[in-house]
Amino acid sequence: MQYKSQAVAKPYFIAAIALFAAQVVFGLILGLQYVIGDFLFPELPFNQARMVHTNLLIVWLLFGFMGAAYYLVPEEAETELHSPKLALALFWIFLIAGALTVLGYVFLRYADLARLTGDALFPTMGREFLEQPTIIKIGIVVVALGFLYNIGMTILKGRKTVVNLVLLIGLVGLAGLFLFSFYNPDNLVLDKYYWWWVVHLWVEGVWELILGAILAFVLIKTTGVDREVIEKWLYVIISLALITGIIGTGHHYYWIGTPEYWQWWGSIFSALEPIPFFAMVIYAFNIVNRRRREHPNKAATLWALGTAVMAFLGAGVWGFLHTLAPVNFYTHGTQITAAHGHMAFYGAYAMIVLTMISYAMPKLRGMGEAASERAQLTEMWSFWLMTVSMVFITLFLTGAGVLQVWLQRYSEAPQAFMAVQEQIKIFYWMRETAGLVFFTGLVLYVISHFVGGPTGAKAKARA
Amino acid sequence: MTATAVIDRAPATRLPSPPGDLAIWIFILAELLVFGLLFVAYAFARAGDVALFNHHQQELDQAAGLINTLLLVTGSYFVVRAVAAVRGGSGRACALWLAAGFGTGVLFVAVKFGEYADKFAAGVSLSTNTFYMFYLGLTFFHLMHVLMGMVILAAVAQKAWCGGYSRVEHAGVETGAAYWHMVDLVWLILFPLLYVMR
Repeated sequence: MQYKSQAVAKPYFIAAIALFAAQVVFGLILGLQYVIGDFLFPELPFNQARMVHTNLLIVWLLFGFMGAAYYLVPEEAETELHSPKLALALFWIFLIAGALTVLGYVFLRYADLARLTGDALFPTMGREFLEQPTIIKIGIVVVALGFLYNIGMTILKGRKTVVNLVLLIGLVGLAGLFLFSFYNPDNLVLDKYYWWWVVHLWVEGVWELILGAILAFVLIKTTGVDREVIEKWLYVIISLALITGIIGTGHHYYWIGTPEYWQWWGSIFSALEPIPFFAMVIYAFNIVNRRRREHPNKAATLWALGTAVMAFLGAGVWGFLHTLAPVNFYTHGTQITAAHGHMAFYGAYAMIVLTMISYAMPKLRGMGEAASERAQLTEMWSFWLMTVSMVFITLFLTGAGVLQVWLQRYSEAPQAFMAVQEQIKIFYWMRETAGLVFFTGLVLYVISHFVGGPTGAKAKARA
Repeated sequence: MTATAVIDRAPATRLPSPPGDLAIWIFILAELLVFGLLFVAYAFARAGDVALFNHHQQELDQAAGLINTLLLVTGSYFVVRAVAAVRGGSGRACALWLAAGFGTGVLFVAVKFGEYADKFAAGVSLSTNTFYMFYLGLTFFHLMHVLMGMVILAAVAQKAWCGGYSRVEHAGVETGAAYWHMVDLVWLILFPLLYVMR
C-alpha cells in the first residue's frame, strides 16, 4: 500500500463480500421456491426474497466499486485521498441505510414500507430494481455526491491518468443516470423508457467504463506492461462499449409501446455489443502474455483473466443469444433472460470486484504483495468452484428457457405458464444444486482470507 | 547502388505500416463493421419492400447528396496534403490544410441540416416508413462521425500549428487522417446506397 488513505477501501471490500454472501443465500432460497412454491411462505414470499436478492447485488457491487475507487485513485493520482474521514462516514451511512432497507423488505409488507417512508409525498417505489424507498434513494444520491467529491478532489490535486479519468467518467455517469430513478411518470411506456436509462445504461454503459478502468489498473500492476499500451486498449474498448451499448438500449424497447424502429436499431447495435467484450479477452490475455514481471499474486491475475472471459460469455454471447428482435419476440422474459442475467452480472461485475479485492486485500492487510501460497491456492479453488458452477447455473437456466419458449410460446399448441413450469422442474433442481456448489465456493473464498502460511518472499526463501 | 537509393528516399518511403496509431485501425475496423452491418440490414429491409424504397428514394435531394460527396472527397484531399506537409516538416502548412479539411466538414454539416430541414418540414420522421427510418438513421449516424472527425481534425490542427509534430514524429496527424478517410469512405458507400441505387 503506497498511501495510508487507501486503507479506507478495506471496510468497503469486507462489506461487499458480506453482502455478496447474503445475496447468494437469498438466491438459494429463491431457487428452492421455484420448485417448492410455499417454502418459507408466508414469512418470506418469492417477490420479497427476489427484491432482496437483486437489491443486494446492486448494493454490494456499489460497495465494491467505491472500495476499488478509494484504493486505486490515490495510487494512480500519486497523492493521499482528499478526505479519508468522509469516506468512512459515507461507508457507515451507506451500510446502515442499506441494512435498514433490506430489513424493511424482509420484515414489512412492501405497501407498509411505502407508507412508513412517506412514498406518497414523492412516489418512486414499486419498480423492479428501483424498489428502494424514496428517502433511501435520496440517501444514495447524497452518498454518491460525497463519494464523487472525494474522488474528484483527489484526482484534481494529483497526477491525471487515463485509468482515473475513465473511472471518474464511469462513476459520474453511474450517479447521473441514477437520477432517472426519481422520474416516475404516470404513462407506463414513458416510465419503462426512462427506467432503462438507469438499468441498461448502467450495466451496458457506464459500468463498463468502471470495469475497464479497474481491469486496466490491475493489469498494469500485475504485469508491468507499459501503461501507454494498456491505456490505448482501454480507449478502444470503452469507445466500442459506448457506441454499441448506448443505442443498444433499443433491445429493451421492442415490445413496450415505443416506436417500431427500435426493433432495427436495438437489434443491430446490440448484435455488436459482444465486440468490446471480445476485445477485452484478447487484450487481457495479450497483456498477461507480454508481462514483464512475475507478480506473486497469481490469484489476482486469474481473476482478471476470468473476468474478461466470463464477461464475454455472459454479457456478450448470452446477450447476443436473445437480443435480435425476431428471436426476442419469443424469448422475452423467459428463463433465457435469467440465464443471461446471472452469468453477465457474475462475469462482468462480481468478478471485477473480486479481482480488485484479490489484488488489494493482501496489501490492505499488510501481507505485502500477495497472500501466502496456501491462501492463494484456496482462493483459486474458490474461483473455479464459483465460476464453473455459474457456468452450470447458466446452462441449466438456458435449458429451462429453451424448453419454456418451445412449450409455452413457439409450439403449435402453446401450453399455460404453470403447466410448462411443472415440466421444466428438473432444470430448476439442477440449478439449485449448482447454486449450492457456488455457495461452497463462496464459503471457501471467505475462508481463503483466513488461511495462513508463508508469504511469497518467505516461501521462495524456504524453497 | 540500391542501398544508397533507398537511403536517399528514406523519409518518404520508409513508412510504418499501417500509418498512425495501431489502436485507430482497430477502432476503424470496428466502425466499418458497424456500418457494414447497417448496410446489410438496409439491403435486407429493402429486399422486403423494393417498391416502397424505390418510390421514396426519388424524394431525396440527389444534388445535395452529390455536393456532400464532393465536399468529403475534397476534404480527404486536403487531409492528404496536410499529412504530406507535416512529412515535409511544415507544421503550419499542415495545420492550414487540416483547417481546410475541417471547413469542408462544416459545409457538409450545413448541407445535411438543409436536407433534414426540408424533410422535417414535409413531416418525415423515423416512424414514417422503413425507408425513411433508414435514411434518417444512417445519415444521422454518419453525421455524428463527421462531427467526431471534425473534432479530431481541429485538435490535430491546433497541435500542428503549435509545432507539436515534426518530420519524424507525426503519428497523431496520420491517426486523425485515417479516421477522416474512414468517414469519407463510409459516405462513398452510403450515398449511392441511399440516394442512387435502385
